[in-house]
Amino acid sequence: MAAARLPSRLRLPDQPMLRHLVLCAGALVLFYVLTVNLSSYHNYQVGLIALFAMVIAGLSVLTGINGQISLGHGAFMAVGAYTFALVQEHVTLPLALELLAAVAASAVLGLVVGIPATRLRGPYLAGMTLILALGLPQLADKYNSVFGGDEGLHPSQLVAPGAVDPNRWFAWITVLVAVIVVALLANLVRSHFGRAMRAVRDNEVAAMLAGIHVGRTKVLAFVVSAGCAGLAGAFLALSGGVVTTGDFPLSLSIYLVAAMVLGGAGSLVGPWWGAIAIVYLPQWSTSISSDFGLGSAVAANLALVIFGLVLIIVMMLAPTGVQGGVRWLARRLLAARFPRPPAAAGVTAVAGFPEPPAPATPDMRTEQERTHP
Amino acid sequence: MSHFVNLSLNGISSGMIYASVALGLVLVWRATRIINFAQGSMAMFSTYMAVTLLDRNLGYWEAFAVALAVGLALGAVVERTLIRPLQGKPELNPVIVTFGLFILLEGVAGAIFGVRSRGVPAAFSQSGLTIGHHRVSFSHFDLFVLGSVLALMVLMLVLFRATDVGLRMRASAFAPEMSRLVGVRVGRVLTLGWALASLAGSLAGLLVAPRSAFSPNYMDLILVYAFTAAVVGGLESPVGALVGGLLTGLVLSFVGGYLGSSLEPLGAAVILILVLSARPEGLFSRPAARQV
Amino acid sequence: MLEVDGLTVSYGPVRALRGVSFAARPSTITAVLGANGAGKTTLLRAMTGLVRPQEGSVRFDDHELTGLPVEEVVRLGVAHVPEGRGVIDQLTVEENLRLGALWRKDKSDRKRALAETYDLFPPLAERRRRLGAALSGGERQMLAIGRALVSRPRVLLLDEPSLGLAPLVTAQLMALLAELTLLASLTVILVEQNARSALSVATWAVVINLGQVVVSDTAAAVGTDTGLRHHYLGF
Repeated sequence: MAAARLPSRLRLPDQPMLRHLVLCAGALVLFYVLTVNLSSYHNYQVGLIALFAMVIAGLSVLTGINGQISLGHGAFMAVGAYTFALVQEHVTLPLALELLAAVAASAVLGLVVGIPATRLRGPYLAGMTLILALGLPQLADKYNSVFGGDEGLHPSQLVAPGAVDPNRWFAWITVLVAVIVVALLANLVRSHFGRAMRAVRDNEVAAMLAGIHVGRTKVLAFVVSAGCAGLAGAFLALSGGVVTTGDFPLSLSIYLVAAMVLGGAGSLVGPWWGAIAIVYLPQWSTSISSDFGLGSAVAANLALVIFGLVLIIVMMLAPTGVQGGVRWLARRLLAARFPRPPAAAGVTAVAGFPEPPAPATPDMRTEQERTHP
Repeated sequence: MSHFVNLSLNGISSGMIYASVALGLVLVWRATRIINFAQGSMAMFSTYMAVTLLDRNLGYWEAFAVALAVGLALGAVVERTLIRPLQGKPELNPVIVTFGLFILLEGVAGAIFGVRSRGVPAAFSQSGLTIGHHRVSFSHFDLFVLGSVLALMVLMLVLFRATDVGLRMRASAFAPEMSRLVGVRVGRVLTLGWALASLAGSLAGLLVAPRSAFSPNYMDLILVYAFTAAVVGGLESPVGALVGGLLTGLVLSFVGGYLGSSLEPLGAAVILILVLSARPEGLFSRPAARQV
Repeated sequence: MLEVDGLTVSYGPVRALRGVSFAARPSTITAVLGANGAGKTTLLRAMTGLVRPQEGSVRFDDHELTGLPVEEVVRLGVAHVPEGRGVIDQLTVEENLRLGALWRKDKSDRKRALAETYDLFPPLAERRRRLGAALSGGERQMLAIGRALVSRPRVLLLDEPSLGLAPLVTAQLMALLAELTLLASLTVILVEQNARSALSVATWAVVINLGQVVVSDTAAAVGTDTGLRHHYLGF
């Protein structure tokens, strides 16, 4: 068999579970090497990248695998962050339980929003989540006795053991949790539920006829992704030691969608590329504007312009995003070095952006059915 | 009591504005099955054009007309360049593109005009009218809002119901393939639909500007309220957009007046949740046959 | 003259048409016959551009139709009445009919054509303000055909017009088609499963099986060939 020509060190186990474990272990080792070689400040940024990867990964599954979109995931991050801070303020619990509380709270909100929205198709959820992103911070401002108003809430930061740099400790914990989250999502995507999510994405009516509970699948997908956002929010609270409404503007939600699309919707490696863009792009755009003397108005808006362009250009020209490109490149390189049938590829492709399979038979639906699905 | 009356009047006035943007959303939805999240920022952009011209001492009505024309052209250009190439792609792709356009326009406007909010002159007095001996919070400008949005609605209705172009637009919305089979150039009709939608949005943008903190994101909330209005009205019918706009305007005005204005967005979310739970197809659209 | 030459259409891996060729002579009715799934509907859809053929061409007088957008094909005078469901439910009967002629410049003739169609199908005249959705199956079929006729087409492609019609109405329809070819010098391509009634009015007949032309001959020759009838036409 042609695949036997591959050097064994390049071949990943065929068992999905095992393969994910190997990949995760590799990622952790990579991050460990990275963090011990980086300065304290850059470690902090690695932590930020990891926490954004959590929320973007949840969004990626929601959009790329299930075909729904949330324009307001910043709101779920806010719920996670405030829940985490409030729990800390009022009771003393182990960190893991505090994080779980944040996940639970945002998941519940996801349920409340998801149930009515998922009775209908795409745009409703998008609009509803956009309202949340605009409305929730205002709620926190109004009830400032609970949520701390402009001062915000002040959760305690991580205490690093012994001589470990606090930022490095933060990076380790966050990366560990993010890798676990992504691994869990990867298993979810390959599970029975993952197949249901894809079936719903491709054709709701066909999924329903195949016995899939469409509404439940959509709500559950939304709840999972809201939970990921809540967890990321808790880590954001943990990172800064302060939670204010200013941390969750509409632009955060916008950046999340853009980062997800940039990385490649449906991919679980892509979110890491997206997270890097979220953490570094605003910095880069500020320094670029000052380098070119473009003035503060441009500096403040360049990131928005770039993310807007990213959304449009990626969607129009390369819907699989950066990770789609990386995968294509890797396949080309591998194919050049080890010619073999593509079906035996060692790296399984995670679904790119949903492109419904070309119908093998003529479209038999009537015009009305097609335009009013 | 007078508080209630004033809130009602304000609700009607804002409701007309939501209705205008909602009409734009409905037109685009009917034509292309897309929610145009850039509707608000496209209106913002054309209104900035008007404001820039006003700053250069152009007359108010000239600037007004220019903004509407810019809105019309912007809608057509967006449909041709960004939406048309995505035909036949998964339905989320064009939605994400409109979202990208939304932030792109806001970013560009912010870079050019700055993000600080500023005042915009109004065509008519904004101080309340006196009716009998009571001064109500309803101004000449509110009358202008009411009149111009109603005029737009009537014009659109006449266009749809009484002209050949309107017949083509309705046919293409309901059955694009069949329309092509009887010789309708559906592509042009879609472009026209987007242009008219953008025009309706621009009108709303011009009407909102004088009484808001005018900055690149001043249409964000208007867009989500209009979205609420459009969904309440069933997304399919221009009349639904009007009624949905008025309902949303009134409810949000009461929420803002009695509970605090920061609760208005959540009020919109609650309206949306309630309407979707009770009548998913909106309050004013004919229930469609179940498609299986 | 309408010529189809080597038309090949695939849906993904499935070949629906393989090199179909035939010619339809002016002012005649050409029946396209064959079993369910033979490719008759695909043939009509490829002729108007609703599906893109992989190979082959469709020529109408001096115009190459393949590659033209559907609406431009229609504007050359090729009207296509799709199977069963062409009526736009949300529009009234009159709007549906007006729509058919909207692309024609001559407004007064549009009016005349509308009036003629009402004369042709009196039930439609009685229901002009009704929505398309409120019509019966037979009325829908009349409306779809009427809408094609108000555009004063030179070629009329009809897909299973007898489907769901009572035998008497079908007979009337066939007689009407024959009349139109004579009076309005209309060229008709009639796709039918009901081969017997199609052959009764057609001059020419093309029999298709599994996407290929089995025979192309006069209707009389096809109708009297017992082997063909048994194998492909079911009567």
